[in-house]
Amino acid sequence: MRTVNSLIGSPIERLEDLRFLRGRGQYVDDLARKDMLHAAILRSSVAHGRIRSIAVAAARALPGVHSVITAKDIGNRVPRVPMRLQPLPDFEPFGQPVIAETKVRYVGEAIAVVLAETAAIAEDALGLIEVEIEPLPAVADRRASAQDASLLFEDKGTNLAIKFRAVRGDAAAAFADAPYVRRESFRTQRHMALPLEPRGLLAEWDAARGRLTLSGGAKVLFFNRRTLAKQMGLPESAIEIVENDVGGGFGARGEFYPEDFLIPFAARHTGRPVKWTEDRREHLMCVNHAREAECDVEIACKRDGTILALRGHAYVDVGAYMRTNGAVGARNVAQFMSGPYRIPHIDVDVALQLTNKTPVGTYRGPGRFETDFFRERLLDMVAQDLGLDRVEFRRRNLVSQREMPYQIATITPFESKDEFDSGDYQTTLDRCLDEIKWTEKSKLAGKLIDGRYHGLALGCFIEGGAAGPKESARIVLEPDGLYSVYVGSSAIGQGLETAFAQIAADALEVTIDRIRGVFHGSTCYVDDGYGAYHSRSVVMGGSAMLDAAKNLREAIRAQAAQRLGCQPSEVEIVEGSKAVGPGGKSIALNGLSSEGISAEGAFLNKKHTYTYGAHAAHVAVDAKLGHVELVDYVVVEDCGRIINPLTVHGQAIGSVVQGLGGAMMEHLVYDQEGQLLTGSLADYLIPTASDFPNIRAIVMGDHPSPINPLGAKGAGEGGIIAAGGVMANAVANALSAFGAQPRELPLTPTRVWELAQAPRK
Amino acid sequence: MEPRLTLADCLRHHLRLTGTHVGCEHGVCGACTVIVDGAAVRSCLMLAVQAEGAEVVTVEGLSNDADLTPLQKSFRRHHALQCGFCTPGMITTAHALLSEEPDCDAARVREVLSGNLCRCTGYIPIVEAVLDARAAYQPKGRDRSGDRA
Amino acid sequence: MKLPPFDYACPTTLPEAVQLLATSNGDAKAIAGGQSLVPMLAFRLAQPSLLVDLRKLPDLRGIRISAKGVTLGAMVRWRDIEDDERLDTAHPLLKAAIAHVAHYQVRNRGTVGGSLAHADPAAEMPGIAMTCDAEIAVVGKSGAHVIQAADFFQGALTTALTPDEIIVEIRLPAWPAGRRWGFEEFARRRGDFAMAAAAVFYDQDANGKAHNAHVGVIGVADRPLRLPAVEDVLNGRAIDATIIAKAEAAASAAVDPQDDIHASAAYRRALVGTLVERALKRAAA
Repeated sequence: MRTVNSLIGSPIERLEDLRFLRGRGQYVDDLARKDMLHAAILRSSVAHGRIRSIAVAAARALPGVHSVITAKDIGNRVPRVPMRLQPLPDFEPFGQPVIAETKVRYVGEAIAVVLAETAAIAEDALGLIEVEIEPLPAVADRRASAQDASLLFEDKGTNLAIKFRAVRGDAAAAFADAPYVRRESFRTQRHMALPLEPRGLLAEWDAARGRLTLSGGAKVLFFNRRTLAKQMGLPESAIEIVENDVGGGFGARGEFYPEDFLIPFAARHTGRPVKWTEDRREHLMCVNHAREAECDVEIACKRDGTILALRGHAYVDVGAYMRTNGAVGARNVAQFMSGPYRIPHIDVDVALQLTNKTPVGTYRGPGRFETDFFRERLLDMVAQDLGLDRVEFRRRNLVSQREMPYQIATITPFESKDEFDSGDYQTTLDRCLDEIKWTEKSKLAGKLIDGRYHGLALGCFIEGGAAGPKESARIVLEPDGLYSVYVGSSAIGQGLETAFAQIAADALEVTIDRIRGVFHGSTCYVDDGYGAYHSRSVVMGGSAMLDAAKNLREAIRAQAAQRLGCQPSEVEIVEGSKAVGPGGKSIALNGLSSEGISAEGAFLNKKHTYTYGAHAAHVAVDAKLGHVELVDYVVVEDCGRIINPLTVHGQAIGSVVQGLGGAMMEHLVYDQEGQLLTGSLADYLIPTASDFPNIRAIVMGDHPSPINPLGAKGAGEGGIIAAGGVMANAVANALSAFGAQPRELPLTPTRVWELAQAPRK
Repeated sequence: MEPRLTLADCLRHHLRLTGTHVGCEHGVCGACTVIVDGAAVRSCLMLAVQAEGAEVVTVEGLSNDADLTPLQKSFRRHHALQCGFCTPGMITTAHALLSEEPDCDAARVREVLSGNLCRCTGYIPIVEAVLDARAAYQPKGRDRSGDRA
Repeated sequence: MKLPPFDYACPTTLPEAVQLLATSNGDAKAIAGGQSLVPMLAFRLAQPSLLVDLRKLPDLRGIRISAKGVTLGAMVRWRDIEDDERLDTAHPLLKAAIAHVAHYQVRNRGTVGGSLAHADPAAEMPGIAMTCDAEIAVVGKSGAHVIQAADFFQGALTTALTPDEIIVEIRLPAWPAGRRWGFEEFARRRGDFAMAAAAVFYDQDANGKAHNAHVGVIGVADRPLRLPAVEDVLNGRAIDATIIAKAEAAASAAVDPQDDIHASAAYRRALVGTLVERALKRAAA
């Protein structure tokens, strides 16, 4: 048996695995209710157009169809999907109606909901709905968007949702005097999180009690409950949102989507439980897209490689609407373009351009993947121009430990100031170089060996975490002496139950088997919760749990003191199982209270943690096939205090592979009419087991965060952030004989082949 | 039973064996893999009526209450799952492979698992877990525990 | 993505199966392994009124090897080819090509006949059929007949089969010992449809000159192609580096691929050359 206080930092095998490995997880589509109706959603096949008519009679007449819902059935004003983050008034006009009213603005937008006795009949009925749409010119990309020739929102007179600007120092003055300036343009492609479990919802309306239960929640249950309560005209207390086992999130899953209104509405409308399970084609065209960004940037340096300033313009294609967290990626492109580097003067703006494509939202490392590609590519070009070693150039400009906390560019109009909390960025870089054997492998750079060109590259990153403002936890000492832990955080497959059991057991000074369970995923467990995004669950929820444990121990002491006839301060809790008073008089905790003792805790925080690290890659490029083999890949990150090395290592590896997908293959392709051409998993390619077998992750915990009691930082995004830049730099290095300079992702065979078409130097 | 019912939906919604997961319904993701007459197949690409008279083994059939099986233990030890959604398909596929080829090497494991998508783990721990479980599939009298590819 | 409604029949004799197909106004589909058809149904790209399951038909599952060549029953699965060690010598090109087909689970159900009938322009089996001058034996309401591979593939997902016809077997001509061959494929990921692939073989005379050269490619047109211009470069010549370079250029010149979401036309043209070059190097090695 393990001794107490040793769980944090131990590679505890996960508690969740016991059910998942036996096929006993319970995901939302596993649920069934008596009398349940199945929903299917008719979606626009036109990217931009005005709805002339919707005829549902034939669908409604199909045997097995219960009803068909369109905007007309919803009420006077169709609710909009709100902005959860950066809820600026500027975004309000661009909100998405939960069902198309007068216009459709992207392929996949909901037009009608069919409710039927089986999912198959519901789908049959979709084909019987006749929709007449007068097509309007599709706005297919950010350039067309900026021309404002065809407007998504005519009343607004512009397709520009907003411009953010990131400023630090005086970039104009710094550029005026700069001895060296380079200007470049880069582009990253639209791709997406693609969790393996499609979304799903099961809504149950209890008419007698006026209560709604919605299963299938994830990530931000409490925000979604607030939103849904408003939209349905219900008190928040009348709604319970339940999170089942969740098959991956990565930022996209659990945001408030149109269906999060439509399915509960349908349940109330029909008076029967309604289940909707998204299919993969719907997923590809309805769940938030991400990452479609371009930039024209300039960097100013001294000849010795000291970076003086960075300025420029970025453009993000945000799709057809501004919804929930759709501004985060763009904001981050501007604010984090400087990455972990000391750049005294910054002036970068970013235009959020609306187009007739699926709306965007966050995907793991939002904005950071894009901007790391821009910056790390630019840094390699500068190093080459100035004849500097790529490593030394970066080393010279990394923010140093003595500069912490280090203030980064401020974003307007949101006035978002931010600073790096702590760390020694040189150490992760050094470790990364050691692990990849940089010096030894440098000899291979650009060499043609057995028909393949070898390339080597590195890149550095920072990863924000711990978004505030608050997280809540509650711990209950049950009558039988075991502890139950309730948290407002969400599990999306990241192993939250195990990590929280470790934290709680250590805080309560008990062994892990005394934790009966970690209960999360319902809006009825704690008063409020903020969810799982921005690498915040462990940092925020874990810190709240420390507070709850402290409060619970106090409550236990107080109750025991009464029974032992002494002061609470005289009571000592031993091994979490008994309370000992003066003179060794003791009472077992399992007999302390017949209804259990409960204590709440919270953690409030306005600052962010910054995990940091470095990636390095060794590739071998078959220039004639345009094929890039990953020979070796190393990610080193320091994420502060590590709760579970097994899971944090797993997160790092998984994150890298997603990043390699974005670097090499994943691409949501649209044509000029706004049609999505990659509507199946045969066309939208993600990495498989045979693509990237050689990846190593080293997670360090040398520099705990000073801004939370756990000392933890966010983990899980670092692996993805630098992958695009590093792979592009590795290919550039491999194909240096051709003067290859990738400026666009993904590095498809066609693109890599094109890079090698220039005459060899 | 309607002819259009896939084996996957039949297992999940008619027999309520929800361990078999459905991730794409068009034969790419492998989450719905089950073993039909000894061979791993995608149950979303097979009609339930086509399984007439066949023996179908799902993840539930490869599990017991008492303890995790050696393959499942290996997955847990190697942290070869995160969200758990692809896991039943990985377990059934790996079981079919190891039953047929207990001496398969890392390249073969990767090749076989390339028909099963996982979005969490990056596959590396899954491949390690399968290799590490080979010992349990050796004919009696042979033990290759500790043998690595 | 639930399948559209259809009726289902599982006949036990070939005439019965033909009869079912013939009496449904061209609206029925035969289903073998279902690995191509079921995804089409899931996307509702195919909505047949009736599926005729071939799984109980006798005599469609065998691999026969004789002096005349290799005969694959229509219901032979990829897995059966993979497991049949006789094919290592009886038809190594077939075996090498089939190693690229799809994934483990699909290989346990996908069939030779199903692939031919589906006629995906990037599929390996149609490519081998074209390259090797295969004969495809079919049965329909007018009886049995044989279709030459060159006449069988008529476009993307389009074949010479009439709605009532079922593929019975495919016959690949005999493979002499000593034949030189190579197969090269490039796909975005393992098991994906080929971006392109090249299958080549030729026989050598006593002077080391090539004759009977066959060069086939997939993934670059609406159907598998033979490239006679490349074969002309090879026939009557010793296959050395110069000839291989000429063949590479001839292959690129002989195809006219289109841009698609996975590759540009220019890339695919170059890729075909590269794959022919590499297949020939392998053949000549």
